Amino acid sequence: MKSLLNPRNAVVALVIAGLLLLPVYSAVSGNLFILTMFTRIVILALAAASLNLIMGYGGMMSFGHAAYLGIGGYAVGILAFEGIGSGFIQWPVALIASALFALVIGSLSLRTRGVYFIMITLAFAQMAYYVASALSRYGADDGLTIYKRSSFGPLVDLSNRTQFYYVCLACLFGGIYLIRRIVNSRFGLVLQGVRSNEQRMQAIGFNANRYRLVCFVISGTICGLSGALLANNTDFVSPAVMYWTRSGDLMVMVILGGMGSLFGPVIGTIVFLVLEELLSQVTEYWALIMGPLLLLIVLFARGGIMGLLGRFSRG
Amino acid sequence: MLVVVEQFLNGLQFGLLLFLLAAGLTLVFGIMDFVNLAHGSLYMMGAYFAATFVAWTNSFILGVFMALGATLLLGVVLEFVALRHLYGRDHLDHVLATFGLILFFNDAVRLIWGPAGLVLPLPSWLTMPVQILPGVYYPAYRLSIIVVALLVAALLYWVVMRTRVGMLIRAGASNREMIGALGINIKLLFTLVFGLGAALAGLAGLMQAPILTVQIGMGENILILAFVIIVIGGIGSIRGAFLAAIFVGLIDTLGRAFLPDLLRMVLSSTAASTAAPALSSMLIYLLMAIVLVVRPEGLFPAAKR
Repeated sequence: MKSLLNPRNAVVALVIAGLLLLPVYSAVSGNLFILTMFTRIVILALAAASLNLIMGYGGMMSFGHAAYLGIGGYAVGILAFEGIGSGFIQWPVALIASALFALVIGSLSLRTRGVYFIMITLAFAQMAYYVASALSRYGADDGLTIYKRSSFGPLVDLSNRTQFYYVCLACLFGGIYLIRRIVNSRFGLVLQGVRSNEQRMQAIGFNANRYRLVCFVISGTICGLSGALLANNTDFVSPAVMYWTRSGDLMVMVILGGMGSLFGPVIGTIVFLVLEELLSQVTEYWALIMGPLLLLIVLFARGGIMGLLGRFSRG
Repeated sequence: MLVVVEQFLNGLQFGLLLFLLAAGLTLVFGIMDFVNLAHGSLYMMGAYFAATFVAWTNSFILGVFMALGATLLLGVVLEFVALRHLYGRDHLDHVLATFGLILFFNDAVRLIWGPAGLVLPLPSWLTMPVQILPGVYYPAYRLSIIVVALLVAALLYWVVMRTRVGMLIRAGASNREMIGALGINIKLLFTLVFGLGAALAGLAGLMQAPILTVQIGMGENILILAFVIIVIGGIGSIRGAFLAAIFVGLIDTLGRAFLPDLLRMVLSSTAASTAAPALSSMLIYLLMAIVLVVRPEGLFPAAKR
């Protein structure tokens, strides 16, 4: 039995506590910027966590995950534009639209494997990108401004920074809890079995692709929620959120934090975005440092940050 | 009719350009099993090198050859310093590492050349139109792209199919370990192939440069197209890449040229003019999705491992 008190768990606990207490710090210090920044981090961490579900546990390398960010965002944006401001309608629509998209592209993409899967998911996301840039009624390339955030009646006010932050954080923790339940369930065990040896799982009677597809749809749905939050956060949605480099960013966040660990993507997102922010304060050319850093991480720190911490815990 | 011929040639020219990019990508992928997202950065570097060297030397031809050499050298250095340590790793590692390289190259270019784009001016002998058919004129430069790309394609075919190096390349593509065991310096071969791919990408970039502006990120969209091409053509297959590239070039160009008019027959003109570019961009991805669903190995798969 491994001790609960190891560096990995300590870091995770610190991150959770930090995220919970951040608005307090922001209020006391009067640093509003940090709250805005972490709202974005929390939202993208949810997207990264959903990607981790299919990459880390399902073994499906999706290079088109940003598409769901756009679909969730456009669901909110378009409904708001058409005068339907209630979050009780907007958010379920965002989730359902993402799930349907995932179902369609998943059932086609899962006929392929490996690098072909990476490429076909990329192709579908690019298609979604071009569809969005053709929506002339909804701003086309220029995007769509959302004048009013999703309203939840007297329940919460998303225009209030602190309340919105906690809504996002609740979604993140809820998402991670859900992923944890999925991973540890029978379904999740079959999924991980399929990842390690598909032939063997098929031989003992599991329909591998069906498990993969369900996982793919769940992941897409969670990412759609992240998209709805992101659109509310920026009060704006444009095709750019679906651009392929955004999918790349999400992949980087997952791998940086540690693929296949529950909190890895959260830590990866925090490190990636904070580093981006800090480096861009030091120099305009932050990517000059970030790029080689990624290369070094791939070369020398496999398993990401969580993998590194795990190495410390073991000895 | 005139327009159709012209657009057809434009499509052919774009397709051949895409082939140059895709050829390097598919060689590197087929032989080293390496996914190189930074291939588009080499394309961009080729264009920047050309713009710089042409301005320095005041000679288009000399500048172009210097740029080719510089891109080749850059490719070799890149392979030697970083990428060779990634062979045999997971594809995901490749994607991540080369994604980092894209970030690096974009900012390096911004630092060195500034955020504004450059122009690569053409010498006067390349700017005049040429009569290709009675009454049909076509820009000399675009025509020269077609000629150069076809020559390079033929040369590549000759190198890969008829020379000893090409034999090793093909052998490497079908079984890496075996040719290593037979005493071939596989590391050198890999570096060579990577440099060749880089030079081809650079050539594509510098040839495209006078038509579009030389700017940061110019390699990204076209890189995705090149990936689509190698997936459609079958990864590792140069013949497949050639056919798929021309196919994609034609679809893209003809779609952009004629789809707006076609759509205007069924839609209002404003709706058609916004929907058409998106639809023609989508056509290629649609094609790829169909190919992957029907023939997951691509249309012309390379020989089985």
